[in-house]
Amino acid sequence: MPGTEPMPSTTTPWEELLTSALLGTDRRPLAAGAGPGPIALLDAAALHTVRRRAGLRPAAAAARPGTAPADPRPPLPPAARRRLAQLLADRSASSGAGGRRGAEPDLTELIPQWLAAANLRGFRAPAALLPPLLDAARARTDLRPQALAFAGPRGLWLAGLNPEWKFALRGSSGSSLLPEVTDADAVHRLWEEGLFAERVALLGAVRAHDPGGALALLTSTWATERAEDRLMFLDSLRAGLSAADEPFLEQALSDRSRNVRATAAELLSALPESALAGRMAARASSCVNLDLTAGDATVAVEAPHECDAALQRDGVVAVPPSGRGERSWWLGQLVEATPLSVWPGRFGGRTAQEIVALPVADGWGEELHAAWCRAAVRQRDPQWARALLGPPSLPPSNGPGTASLAERSKLLATLPGAERAAWVAGFVAAHGLSEAFQLLGVCPVPWAEPLGRSVVDALDIARDAGSYPWSFSGVMGLAERCLNPAEADRLEVLTTTPDEPEGASPGAAGYWSEAFRRLVSTLRLRAAMDAELGAETA
Amino acid sequence: MLLSHGGEPLRTAAPVVRWTVEQVLVLAPDESSRKAGGRLGSAGPWTGAGCDGSGAVWGLCKGSGSKPYQTVVDTTGPAYKCSCPSRKFPCKHALGLLLLWASDEAVLGPAEVPDWAGEWLDGRRRRAAQKAEPAGGDAVGAGAGPSDPAAARRRAERRAERITGGAQELEQRLTDLLRGGLAAADQSGYGLWEETAARMVDAQAPGLAGRVKELGAIPASGPGWPVRLLEECALLHLLDTAWLGIDRLPEPLAATVRTRVGLTGSVDGPPVRDHWLVLAQYDTPDGKIVTRRIWLSGKGSGRTALLLSFGAAGRSPGQALPVGVTIDAELTPYRGAGQLRAELGAQFGAPVPTGAPPPGSTATAAVAAYGQALRDDPWLESWPVTLRGVIPVPSGDGWQLVDAAGDAALPVTPSALSRPGLWKLVAISGGAPVTVFGECGHRGFDPLAAWADSSDDGAAETVPLI
Repeated sequence: MPGTEPMPSTTTPWEELLTSALLGTDRRPLAAGAGPGPIALLDAAALHTVRRRAGLRPAAAAARPGTAPADPRPPLPPAARRRLAQLLADRSASSGAGGRRGAEPDLTELIPQWLAAANLRGFRAPAALLPPLLDAARARTDLRPQALAFAGPRGLWLAGLNPEWKFALRGSSGSSLLPEVTDADAVHRLWEEGLFAERVALLGAVRAHDPGGALALLTSTWATERAEDRLMFLDSLRAGLSAADEPFLEQALSDRSRNVRATAAELLSALPESALAGRMAARASSCVNLDLTAGDATVAVEAPHECDAALQRDGVVAVPPSGRGERSWWLGQLVEATPLSVWPGRFGGRTAQEIVALPVADGWGEELHAAWCRAAVRQRDPQWARALLGPPSLPPSNGPGTASLAERSKLLATLPGAERAAWVAGFVAAHGLSEAFQLLGVCPVPWAEPLGRSVVDALDIARDAGSYPWSFSGVMGLAERCLNPAEADRLEVLTTTPDEPEGASPGAAGYWSEAFRRLVSTLRLRAAMDAELGAETA
Repeated sequence: MLLSHGGEPLRTAAPVVRWTVEQVLVLAPDESSRKAGGRLGSAGPWTGAGCDGSGAVWGLCKGSGSKPYQTVVDTTGPAYKCSCPSRKFPCKHALGLLLLWASDEAVLGPAEVPDWAGEWLDGRRRRAAQKAEPAGGDAVGAGAGPSDPAAARRRAERRAERITGGAQELEQRLTDLLRGGLAAADQSGYGLWEETAARMVDAQAPGLAGRVKELGAIPASGPGWPVRLLEECALLHLLDTAWLGIDRLPEPLAATVRTRVGLTGSVDGPPVRDHWLVLAQYDTPDGKIVTRRIWLSGKGSGRTALLLSFGAAGRSPGQALPVGVTIDAELTPYRGAGQLRAELGAQFGAPVPTGAPPPGSTATAAVAAYGQALRDDPWLESWPVTLRGVIPVPSGDGWQLVDAAGDAALPVTPSALSRPGLWKLVAISGGAPVTVFGECGHRGFDPLAAWADSSDDGAAETVPLI
């Protein structure tokens, strides 16, 4: 046994036996007494070996690693614990899998949902499952925040002992090592001496607890920070941004770093009462006006003619990207940074809806609407977002705002959850699924009833049209994860294999039936998972 | 003087407590079955699935054909039957069904046994009952015996002669080796040992053959190999000479020598009925054969027993018991000094999926127990022990199990360091004392199962580490 000590021996020393054995008894016979030949050597060695093994003693103990911090969260209900074991076992077994997905649920896809649900209910991870949990988080970065939160202090303790789990000690996990945000001394010490990631985490934590305190912390060292760090710290002010931050941000407008200046300006423009917002509003008002001279009301646009130092100090970037005109570039930034609340006043008391519907002169419409979209997203203004999205039934290319789906999903994200889902439901009902994927991604989960229904109806229509289900595999996958599990019974009827419609792709009906069976069984499984997790908190 | 009462195994009326997912997964013969079983472990493909209070589980699984496969499992065996063509055992359907049973009470609930499952279950249980009968009525010693004792004795004598020939040849080989020196063994390579091992197979001494094969691997096993090679040569020589002088050995030691040489030992009553906790189950590949070891601990008797079973290439050994369950069963020990091997006899009722750990000892007592056991069997690599109140502690490149109450420590065997079970052990300990079952030997301690000492995750849950 390595690290253990043999008993002392009184016969021929083991070293002598070993030397003799290595060189051979012909060349190196044993000393007299034991007998010279190989048999005597083997006899003596056997005695030594058995004696050594029989006389083993324990080794001296190494330094103990200290105990894992206590985790006060309640343990999982037994059924949920079994489920987690199965999910993690399937994950490790599914490496190298390939081929068609079949009718069975893809358990790996359900791990994030399961973790989110378990964290929501505040359960503690079972100790024996921490290693596979950390392995899963190592393999999939998207799992890390939820997995590490679930793994808790014991998970971190464990990760500290295994270099393969080092990732758990970096970045996001810093929070558990942070001092209490009310402990001013400890906070200051970490702020002065901590690593960058720890300081970012600390600032975020203090900001959540006491926005003014975080600002004071930041101001105390601001002048000595590096430019990249200043940018990251500034970014943390996004949370809990208020008028109290304005003086600091206004000062940051003259920062040495251009990126810091731009970010400060962006933050200020999201404060409609700020001086910067006022300056921008004044400028925008001279550029965008209501023109009543031509009979019907139109929007007249006069883009800025120069980007002076004051404009640049307020965050406007002077040089446009290649291929864009200077003046439209400046106009876009100006309107984007202007509080949306100034427009109804400038447009004769019209609502956002009415303003967006006005014709725009000289082909400036697209530019102006795009800028309003960015402003609505930045200022989180649901009224303008609603106006710019227009009714969901309108074809995407004719909408009042922009045709870009990415912009639309950002606008959608500013609306309340139920309204978001209803809008996307209307969109899917009118235009099918082919462009809906990105929009579905911003809807709250589980999907509200009308949204779920219109997605399922659209899938059913696609089936009737005879296309293959894998053309919709993205939406199908989303549906498996986002549909309300209570819908499973209603979907059962879709799992039958109907006769192939005329002109359908060969075999499509069978594949659709399989895809719907997977959808139904996944929903059933999710319902079971939820029930297992809820069993003891209900 | 029977410890068993024979006859019809008892069937409890209370519903059988379900196994855990881990307990099901250890039954999988290989990784791909485990994966395939996992995919079938949800309600989707199953119809008509149910279970009853006697431990039977059944269901119809939709496959690629028009007719669903009929799958039925008797969890008291466990024993499996499935109408699929798979040669894996248990097949993915049986595993999927058990996973469903383990995880989804809503889908797989108590039901009336369907006819197709009932026939097989009845037949199986009738045979089990008949098997239990003679085992009970047969009493001590003799056994059923071969039909022609004289012919059997002649066969045994012929085999003993061949083994003697093999042992003499091996002695010659060992003395030649030591006359020339082990340093030369480094160059002579593996081929020579392979050839010698083949000669021992011819001599019908698989125990000698196995040891010879291991000798061949030692020169390539890294620093310190001469020490290990000399030790193993010496123990092989000890076994040779013990066989050649077996007539002069006391009978228990002679039985041990026969077993070590490779003669199948005989079971040697009386059977011991007890509540046996399944501590560990693991497979080791050995050429074309897979050896499965199942460690059991008797709650009443305090005995530790080893069930050995073997599987040919591509098939997992037939015997499988989920770790952490307790079975009410009879075990019949094998003959031989210090032998822990036993044979599983009649089982009474379904396995119960809980079990407190066996009473444990300190690290110091563990090495002492191994030392004691060497007196009966000097070829013993390790001895099963339960350590109580130990803390896993990192030490250099490896790990130790440290007595929480003292300064004594057992190093963890190198082979265990690369297994995921080590981290499970560290996780459930969290730096605090735990109870660990494992094999303690001259290479260190090989942890096989653990129990958290203070846990509200479920009292005294057996966590398999292999």
